[in-house]
Order: sequence, then C-alpha cells, then structure tokens
Amino acid sequence: MLVLDRVSKTYPNAVQALGGVSVEVEPGEIVAVIGGSGCGKSTLLRAISGLDPASAGTVLLDGERISAPHQKIGIIFQEPRLLPWLKVAGNVGFGLGDRPKQERAARVATALKRVGLADQAAAWPRELSGGQAQRVAIARALVPRPEVLLLDEPFSALDAFTRTDLQAHLLDLWADAKPTLILVTHDVDEAIVLADRVMVMCPRPGRIFDEIAVDLPRPRDRQSAAFDFVKRRVLAALDRSLSRAVAPADGEAKASAGAALWW
Amino acid sequence: MSLVTMTIAAEQRGTVPAERTAAKKWTRLARPALGLVLPVTLAVVWEFVVRMGWASGRLAPPPSVIFQEFVDLARSGDLQRNTLVTLGRVAAGFGCGVAVATIVGAAAGYSPVIRRLLDPSLQALRAIPSIAWVPLFVLWLGIFEASKITLIAVGVFFPVYLGVMGAIQSVDRKLVEVGRAFRLSDVQMVRRILLPAVLPAYVIALRSGLGLGWMFVAAAELLGASEGLGYLLLDGQELGKPAEIVAAIVAFAVVGKATDWLIAFAAAPFLRWEDVVRQE
Ligand SMILES: Nc1ncnc2c1ncn2[C@@H]1O[C@H](COP(=O)(O)OP(=O)(O)O)[C@@H](O)[C@H]1O
Ligand SMILES: [Mg+2]
Repeated sequence: MLVLDRVSKTYPNAVQALGGVSVEVEPGEIVAVIGGSGCGKSTLLRAISGLDPASAGTVLLDGERISAPHQKIGIIFQEPRLLPWLKVAGNVGFGLGDRPKQERAARVATALKRVGLADQAAAWPRELSGGQAQRVAIARALVPRPEVLLLDEPFSALDAFTRTDLQAHLLDLWADAKPTLILVTHDVDEAIVLADRVMVMCPRPGRIFDEIAVDLPRPRDRQSAAFDFVKRRVLAALDRSLSRAVAPADGEAKASAGAALWW
Repeated sequence: MSLVTMTIAAEQRGTVPAERTAAKKWTRLARPALGLVLPVTLAVVWEFVVRMGWASGRLAPPPSVIFQEFVDLARSGDLQRNTLVTLGRVAAGFGCGVAVATIVGAAAGYSPVIRRLLDPSLQALRAIPSIAWVPLFVLWLGIFEASKITLIAVGVFFPVYLGVMGAIQSVDRKLVEVGRAFRLSDVQMVRRILLPAVLPAYVIALRSGLGLGWMFVAAAELLGASEGLGYLLLDGQELGKPAEIVAAIVAFAVVGKATDWLIAFAAAPFLRWEDVVRQE
C-alpha cells in the first residue's frame, strides 16, 4: 500500500508547491490526479517517485519510506525520454541492466510484443511516431515490474486518436500485473475512463481539494449517462477548486484593494 | 481525412521504401565524385598549358613534375621518414593536448565551481595566438622535440576543452533524470548516459583539435627542424625546388585528411544513431 502522510514541498525559491497531502492508495488501484496548471501535480508525483523528495511529511510504500528512486516505483513522463543512442529494444531493457543477458532479451521481447512494437525492436527512437515512442516508454517502465507506476500527463502531447488508443492500451497492460497507477492528467475524460478514484487538487499550496470515486464497470463508455454524471461532478469540483484559488488570502486582498485605489 | 487513414499513414512512416535506399546509395557515391571535378579539371588544364609551352611551370610545377618528385622522395625514403617524424609529433602533441583538455573540460563542465575557477584564465590564454608562445617554449624547453610537441598540444587543447565542457553542460537533464529514476550508480550514469550523450560533440571537438594539431606542426617545423614534412617545405624553399614544396604540402593534406578520417571511422559505429537524424 502507498501511504502519503502530510507531504509538503517547498522549493528553494520559497514557492510552497505542496501543503500537506495525505492519501492512501490500495495496491492495484488506479488514481487520477487532476487540477489546474501549477497546482503541484508534478511536484506530488516527483515526491512519490523519490526523484525530488518531499521537504516535510512521508511517503511510505509497503511500510518503507521513499526518499530516493525505488525499484518498486516506475515513472513515465510527458515526453517519452528515450535514449537516442539505444535502439528500441535497448531502451525497453534499460532498467534491467543488472539481469543476465538472456533473461533481459526475453523480457524485452515479451514487453515489445505486449505494446505492439515487436517489429520495431531494431529501430532507433528517432524513427518512431510520438505514440510509438510513448509506448516504448511505457514498456521500459513496466519491464522491471514496478508495484507503483507514476504517469505525469503521459498522453497530453499526442493527438486525440492516439491518446484514446493508448488509454485503452494502458488499461490492457495494467491488467497483466495490476500495479498501482497514479496518473496526472488535465483531461477529465482520461481521468474518468481510467481511474477508480479522481483526486482534484487546488493550488498555492497544492492540496487535495476533492475526491470522486468512479464506480463504473470497465471498459467505460464515454457516451453513457453514468459517465457523464461523474464527469459533471469532476468538472464542478475542478471549477470550485479554481475559484477558491482565485480568492486571495487576506494580505493579498488588502494589497490588491490598495492597488485598486491607486489606479 | 478519417481517423483510420490517419493511423495508416502514421504506421507507414516507420518503414523506408526499398527504392529510396537505393537512390540514397547512389547519391552517397556521386556526391564525393562531384567534389573532384574542380581540382581534377584545374590539374589537367595546368598540365596542358605547361606541355604546350604557354607557361614554363618553373615556379608552379605541373602535376606530372610533382608526381615525379613524389616518386623520387619515396624512392630515397625521405618521404616516408619525414612523414613519420611529423606524424609522431602530431600524435604526441595531440595525445597530450586531448588528455589534458578532456580532464579539464570534463571537470569544468561538471562542476560550476571548477568552471568559475579555471574558465576565465583559460579563455584569456586562448586569446593569445598560439604561435606567440614559440619563443617562450624554445627558451623553456629547447629547440628540439619538447617545444614542438608542447606547441601542438596547446593548439589541440582549446577546441577539445571547449567542446568537452560545452557537451557536458548541454547533456539533456531529462535523460539524466531517466538514469536517476532507474537508480543508476555514478559510474553507470557516466557510462550509460553521460558518455553516449557527449560522444558526438566530443568527436567533433577531437577532429577540430586534430586540424589545429596539423596546423601547428607545420608552423613548428617551419620555425626550425632538421626533419619532418615542414623541413621538406623549408628545404624546397632554400634550394628553390617548388615541386618539393608542393609535394610536402600534398603529403600534409593526405596524411592530415587520413588521420581525420581515422577518427571519424573509429567513432562511426558509436554514432550510427545520429545518422538517422541526418538522413531525415
Ligand atoms: N524546480 C522548481 N523550482 C521552483 N518552483 C517550482 C519548481 N517546480 C515547480 N515549481 C512551482 O511549484 C508549483 C507547482 O508546480 P508543478 O508541480 O509543476 O505543477 P503542475 O504539474 O500541477 O502544473 C508551481 O507554482 C511551480 O511554479
Ligand atoms: Mg506538471
């Protein structure tokens, strides 16, 4: 189980990006994190991954404190971030550096087949389309069999068709080993199609504003009334999270009132 | 366009049709040949002009005379001996220059403190035309090998230092982060991320460093040497033998280009991933 306990993050420039986030995520659960830009979603994900540890509070995975990148945690970024000097197969096997060659080759081949790129094993990353490259990134993250997979807006740079295609594909891959997924997105549809639970964040400092459970059977029909109902709830929560963020704190209110007088 | 045709188009992008690779092969052969047209034409025209007696060719010998000079120099062993001496000097100077430049450049690229400490002084030294060092080197190191090799090393140092430092500074931090996410140790990080990322720029730096090395060996030998290709230049000048000068120049060009090609050839297997970009 993944447990966040009052996770806060203050950057060296004194920006408080996270102000005490506490969440519990069950093994195999899919959680979507949604919220306006700059509300600390990436910061939260990086704190969980150990790439950029929290400045206060704890991240526990199965009781173990995470303060640096961990073998049980995989991460996928918005860009594929493939290493251009490795062929597709080399990229997929990147996280298996310590394994015997044969095992590595076998696991890479299986993973490539699983993401539908078996015929591209010997291609260079430059030769791939955006969607293919992101599939390779997904395969690379899944090959070490993480218990938790973090995804930071993984599909937002892709065209609409490729995006829905990869969303379905991600669910398919998830079903193999059922890792915990934490997916940051700014696409409400994506959040509801994939997640068991949607967490809406609000900014300054980043906090969990609301949580909406998505109790719909999979695969989910984007056109159904039930889907639409959940979507309205998420949109409403998002709306409120943003308007509360606009209402300034007391000091700021005075300052802006002062500014208004001046002008 | 429907979504279906869009995906088909996207899938076809990955494969290269056979006829296009064939066409590429043809242009790869034809392109260098095109570069030969101008020099070969000029050589043939000059040969013709001298043969016809329209010019004496005494100060600018025609290709046949230069070729004969080559044959004579080779037969006496002078060509081989002097080429080897010059090659040895370049190798020693290049080796020292590259070794120091790589270490200093890597340190300066990696650590901002070292960069702030060293870079201003090095940039100031770089502003000095390297030939200006010669009198000092001669005073310090004598007129023989040591001063020549030092001059070459100094010439090689700067492009390699700048190249290494710039390359390390511009390594994509997003890729370094991938290495961190996969928990690479420091040594693994260097071997699996930093080195491959830096290699293309390093090869370019080595090649420009080598070019300067050849420039400075010629300068060093012209300033006084009893053997080497530069000595042949001097000898030809003093004895009024332009064919010997041109033969030495051609030897410089051929050996210089060959060593450059050697670096490019040795690095090619590690840089194949870059070719993909260039062919696009
Ligand atoms: N490395 C950093 N240094 C300083 N401030 C940062 C850094 N990264 C993010 N921030 C700030 O922290 C806040 C949250 O950023 P981020 O987590 O990237 O938001 P999101 O991913 O939700 O768009 C923003 O105000 C941003 O400017
Ligand atoms: Mg972000």
